[in-house]
Amino acid sequence: MAVAQTNMDETTERLKSLAMPQGGWSTAGREDALSRLITMGLPQRRDEYWKYTRPDTLVQDTVIEVSVLETDEEAVFKTVDSLKIVFVDGVFDANASDDLSLEGVTIERLSEAGSDIHWAQGLYGALETGGQTPVQRPLAALNTAFATDGVLIHVTGKPSKPINMIYTHVAKTSDAILHHVVKVDADAQVTVLENGPAAARFNKCIEVDIADGAKFHHVRTQGRDHERRAVTHMFARLGEESTFKSFTLTANGVLTRNECVIELTGDNAHATVAGAALGDGDFHHDDTVFITHDAVNCESRQVFKKVLRNGATGVFQGKILVKAGAQKTDGYQISQALLLDGDSQFLAKPELEIYADDVACSHGSTSGAIDEDALFYLRSRGVPQGEATDMLTLSFLAEAVEEIEDAGLAEEINERLAAWLARRRS
Amino acid sequence: MLNIKNLHVSLEEEDKQILKGVDLTVEAGKVHAIMGPNGSGKSTLSYVLSGKGGYVVADGSADMEGVDLLDMEPEERAAAGLFLAFQYPVEIPGVGNMTFLRTAVNSQRKARGEDEMSATEFLKVVRERAKSLKIDADMLKRPVNVGFSGGEKKRNEILQMAMLEPKMCILDETDSGLDVDAMKLVAEGVNALRSEGRGFLVITHYQRLLDHIKPDYVHIMANGRIVKTGGPELALEVEQNGYADILAEVA
Repeated sequence: MAVAQTNMDETTERLKSLAMPQGGWSTAGREDALSRLITMGLPQRRDEYWKYTRPDTLVQDTVIEVSVLETDEEAVFKTVDSLKIVFVDGVFDANASDDLSLEGVTIERLSEAGSDIHWAQGLYGALETGGQTPVQRPLAALNTAFATDGVLIHVTGKPSKPINMIYTHVAKTSDAILHHVVKVDADAQVTVLENGPAAARFNKCIEVDIADGAKFHHVRTQGRDHERRAVTHMFARLGEESTFKSFTLTANGVLTRNECVIELTGDNAHATVAGAALGDGDFHHDDTVFITHDAVNCESRQVFKKVLRNGATGVFQGKILVKAGAQKTDGYQISQALLLDGDSQFLAKPELEIYADDVACSHGSTSGAIDEDALFYLRSRGVPQGEATDMLTLSFLAEAVEEIEDAGLAEEINERLAAWLARRRS
Repeated sequence: MLNIKNLHVSLEEEDKQILKGVDLTVEAGKVHAIMGPNGSGKSTLSYVLSGKGGYVVADGSADMEGVDLLDMEPEERAAAGLFLAFQYPVEIPGVGNMTFLRTAVNSQRKARGEDEMSATEFLKVVRERAKSLKIDADMLKRPVNVGFSGGEKKRNEILQMAMLEPKMCILDETDSGLDVDAMKLVAEGVNALRSEGRGFLVITHYQRLLDHIKPDYVHIMANGRIVKTGGPELALEVEQNGYADILAEVA
């Protein structure tokens, strides 16, 4: 596809302000990504894939100044026993981070990975490249080319605790680009947690390669700074009988686009991607998911719930592609919005594309208000209207939260959801 | 306990009068039953008393122990001691039955300025009361009414009633969808709550529930009014002859 000259010029112009980290094994991958990016051009307003979300502020070279939320609320997952890796506005904070050693896993920083042959070399940018067809994701290519840092995680066993990436945000115009690579060996398993508002503008990419029989669990919360912007990509490739489960809680944020691209390449694999988003006022949240079934008897689930009020906007673009031969596919996709007032909106584009003849795929998308009958039922038992509304809102979100495997983490997410709602009641 | 005077109620959405002057007094310690054909306004009466939206009170009054009910929010009526056992209990996925019960009990206590029930005390009381209704630990843990059978839902309503200890209980067709055994169990639960200080209004289509919950008075409701009042024998008359004779008699 030819890129219009103007877009190419704009892209070239934009890239002038970015510096590609030099040296080391990642250079080849970065240069490839840059040429992909120049060929594709940066996303534009009229691109079909950006129909519901304006890319300008994610693309432009100046970062819009934001305020940093002052809060005495404890960071999410603080009480979880984990290996903590802290980035402040995208810059690694050695003092705040734990020692990067844990049995069953090797952890290195992208910026320190050196020039020797490295296990991540064949992966860095590889899953991202695979995810560029049939839909282009230029901001992911930009990330691969220009990421200043990130974490390379090679899971060889079953580490005793989760790895927690914490993204602290203190600067008003920070522009952070991080790229992580996770390789989970056969039968190994790991839980990765991410939390924090990260930066005024955050571009994050994570590539996850899950070998046969391996398990990858991921729970993320995107901090509740109101004015932050983020575009994130998660690319995952699943081997035989492997498991991928990812859940994201997004509270606030003027613009968030989370793309998740999953390829089920081994038979009997399972992938779940779920999300709960809470938006109040100037909030735009976009979940864009693309799941490709390219093996037999795989299951995938997409469960997205959004609570929107005061003119907030939610977007869902989700696709299940079942390739010829991917028989016995079980695909499920649900996206629902609870609109707490008439000003908020939910834009959904659910898609199925199926080339196999023995599959079960179901999908549904709804938007609606609080169920008046249920509300009356709770109030008739003495629960005040505000609390009753919150209970029903949490009940609406429950289907997404239940996708989190670990009960303790699910409980913590539920508490955060309840606190967010309660703050809006007082 | 409950005094309803000349109550006139229409639907909010359309100009349709449902209740056309209901007069009824339920004394503390007594069980009143309301029977009547479909569409006579029985369920509307229960909804209006408990504060459901969508109705307009055009005339008349309803008070409980001298307090105007119609002026209060549903949760205020509940805290004041009114309870409605629903004909169709609502399913609430994602909210545990126990959490729901405890929130309800403590919300009412808070509204009345009483101390909240501690988790231990609550657990003890709920287990004991659930046991007599044959509600097991699993039903208490599951989301409110989700996947419950018809009988389980109704037993769950009675458990809520037992936990909330209301002064005035309205049972809206609690017998609908119940087999004989389930009805017995529910009736036993209700009977266990009968006391000097508590009034009951039992709405039903059929006499058989009243075999188990023996009423002091039976009212026949038709076309938005109470058209006849009598003792338990009135229910038997309905069972044998249907409503037609009675309605013809009062017409």
